[in-house]
Amino acid sequence: MSFLANFIQRAMVQGIPLLFGSTGEILTEKSGNLNLGIPGIMYVGGISGVMGAFYYEQSLSSPEAMSGFLAILIPLLSALLGAGLVSLIYAFLTITLRANQNVTGLAITTFGVGFGNFFGGSLAKLAGSETASLSVVETSRYFKASIVGSDSGFFGQVFLSYGFLAYVAILIAVVVTVLLRRTRLGLHLRAVGENPATADAAGINVGAYKYGATVLGGAVAGLGGLYYVMDYMGGIWSNNGFGDRGWLAIALVIFALWNPSYGILGSFIFGGLYILPVIIPGLSRSMVEFFATFPYLVTIAVLVVTSMRKKRETQPPASLGLSYFREER
Amino acid sequence: MNTLPAIELCGVTKTFGSVIANKDVNLDVRHGEILAILGENGSGKTTLMNMISGIYYPDEGKIFIDGEEVVIKSPKDAFAHGIGMIHQHFKLVDLFTATENIILGIKDEKYNLKQAAESVKALCDRYGFELDPKKKIYEMAVSEKQTVEIIKVLYRGAEILILDEPTAVLTPQETRKLFDVLRKMRDDGKSIIIITHKLHEVLAISDRVAILRKGEHVATVDTATTSEAELTELMVGKKVSLNIDRTEPRDATPRLFVEGLNCLGHDGVKVLDNVSFTALGGEILGIAGIAGSGQRELLEAIAGLQHIESGTITYRSPEDGEDTDLRDKTPLEIRELGVRLSFVPEDRLGMGLVGDMDIVDNMMLRSYSYGKSFFLDRDPPKHLAEDIIAHLEVVTPSAATPVRRLSGGNVQKVLVGREISSAPTVLMAAYPVRGLDINSSYLIYNLLNAQKEKGVAVIFVGEDLDVLLELCDRILVIGSGRVTGIVDARTSTKEEIGLLMTKGGSDDGE
Repeated sequence: MSFLANFIQRAMVQGIPLLFGSTGEILTEKSGNLNLGIPGIMYVGGISGVMGAFYYEQSLSSPEAMSGFLAILIPLLSALLGAGLVSLIYAFLTITLRANQNVTGLAITTFGVGFGNFFGGSLAKLAGSETASLSVVETSRYFKASIVGSDSGFFGQVFLSYGFLAYVAILIAVVVTVLLRRTRLGLHLRAVGENPATADAAGINVGAYKYGATVLGGAVAGLGGLYYVMDYMGGIWSNNGFGDRGWLAIALVIFALWNPSYGILGSFIFGGLYILPVIIPGLSRSMVEFFATFPYLVTIAVLVVTSMRKKRETQPPASLGLSYFREER
Repeated sequence: MNTLPAIELCGVTKTFGSVIANKDVNLDVRHGEILAILGENGSGKTTLMNMISGIYYPDEGKIFIDGEEVVIKSPKDAFAHGIGMIHQHFKLVDLFTATENIILGIKDEKYNLKQAAESVKALCDRYGFELDPKKKIYEMAVSEKQTVEIIKVLYRGAEILILDEPTAVLTPQETRKLFDVLRKMRDDGKSIIIITHKLHEVLAISDRVAILRKGEHVATVDTATTSEAELTELMVGKKVSLNIDRTEPRDATPRLFVEGLNCLGHDGVKVLDNVSFTALGGEILGIAGIAGSGQRELLEAIAGLQHIESGTITYRSPEDGEDTDLRDKTPLEIRELGVRLSFVPEDRLGMGLVGDMDIVDNMMLRSYSYGKSFFLDRDPPKHLAEDIIAHLEVVTPSAATPVRRLSGGNVQKVLVGREISSAPTVLMAAYPVRGLDINSSYLIYNLLNAQKEKGVAVIFVGEDLDVLLELCDRILVIGSGRVTGIVDARTSTKEEIGLLMTKGGSDDGE
């Protein structure tokens, strides 16, 4: 196994949760909603998937009785549902009640992490574990299974060695890009995020688009949490294990200039930067921490460059973070 | 050609609370005709058009289209009946191309930008618009944005087009081009309604003119047989006597000299063009003009809030006669000299007061920097607030009530009262009686008169010509950012001022 192939593969695996998160957040932000609850929503997506898998595993008499189809479907739906519901709370608060988006988002993140830790701890206790960690390794096998042989040389290792969710992440990013760029739905959604008053005057249902994009975006982000625990961690849930990946996903939105297909490349770069301190041998503790700041430094650099160039197309949606209400006269 | 009127209004009435915006309006527009709607500010032009385009719903009256009675409840209904309105404020997504904006919200055709762009191009060629369908809005000049708005309406198949002051944002050349396009659309059988204050434009473009005054339809005349003088008279009506006490100015001395003032607005358009005048202490100088002719910018330039391109503003102190150039002063330094601005913009709370703070705190906004202690001394502003409440009859539960909760008139009293309390030497008041009832209005007139008698140079921007004529000593008329005349309020007439107000762009050709 060459060093390069190993590096690329590990960077990809690190990047996939971020890609899910940033694609979901881009979809949300295109409707003008700045959902800072994404880290919490991804966390909820992860624990929801684990809960689904855990109860499915518990309901079986033996691991052999496990159906591959259900083993994937149940955690997948659980994650989508969990993340979608939390996003719905955010959507209701910010769109219907017009609460401040920043405050609501941060509250959702706090809530999501608490929710995950609470159920993570409870399930661990149910499973008889002493620590707040929990394993659904049997289910994880189905998520980790690569489609074709991964050991067929450099190409196989770099392109074919991942679980199916990794390909789903890239597919969703491409689909969202096409949706935003090339369809009427995308045009309307972008109009809502840029100038909701104009969209409203043109007969577009602003609220429906905002709700749709926010809930769907949250659900997509939730898959990032699912991928992290089921594939990357091999089915081992441990409280607070998700780390700062949620914030990195939001940083990636800025890095990708609100374009999910740039997000694919961006997630790989972020993933690479993330594992750099692990790959480089002989780093001191302090240097490891220093390397961990790289993704954020790169994001700041991108922000500085795009702000200086002032190109309108690479700016955030014009009404991002603002609630919309029709002016009554 | 269809002989029935394209659209006909019968007895349309609309009231907002106790204010009558339109009263029993009868009006018709024919096919292949350009009808101009003329009227002063607040004469109900826009309200009337908003009822046709579905933004408001009339209280009484009927609307007929091609002889059939219709109910227009929303802009969507208006579209369905082939009515399209081009508002003064464009509703466009800056980041989108012209084509994307034009097709925005249309659901019943295949999503094909290329094909849509071709249809847009075809529409442009048919009527003589110049527009690149792929150009983004933020790269466009104002006139191009307006073109996009018009095509947006045409693309949806509108037969009746309403344009709300379309020339306000255009240069004379662009206006001429727009008029050519409008004529082509008229010859194509479309009905066009154009709202404007500019008399020469009315005469240049329209077939007939409908005149509104105080919400009522006064007359509709054929453009070919009318004149500027006749239109002005119909527009301003007969003089109404108000009996405002006006004293002769006593030893009026020059206080403020404005020379050759030029200012640019937000979009780089000239909003003040070579404005010169002198304001005297002990006199009320009125400023008359159609809304948005540069009144706001003029006052802000004097107060140091507006960037000045060229020209000078000189302040002569009443004590020692010393001249000070206000151009290089900060707003705070200008205030220290005694120049006070009380501006009552459209939303009343927009300038000068903080809605969520109470009256006392709002008083402190002007005095917070005085006093030596680290902590605020709340007593003087509290006394001042109580003084104002007592003297100006402000209706409020207490001085601790947030200003936002007061009614509009009371907010204005607080604002004007605060500025007067600081013993100004120049007092600028813009629309201080807007929305006030008669009694409150007189209270404000008396306040301004009292300041004048104290020797203050009062500059009063108003909209009601009757008030200007009876309150002021001299009236400066401003049109499209230019001084079109300074008249003696005691001898001038409404007609004279009305003509001067609409003169601003008269050397624009056409």
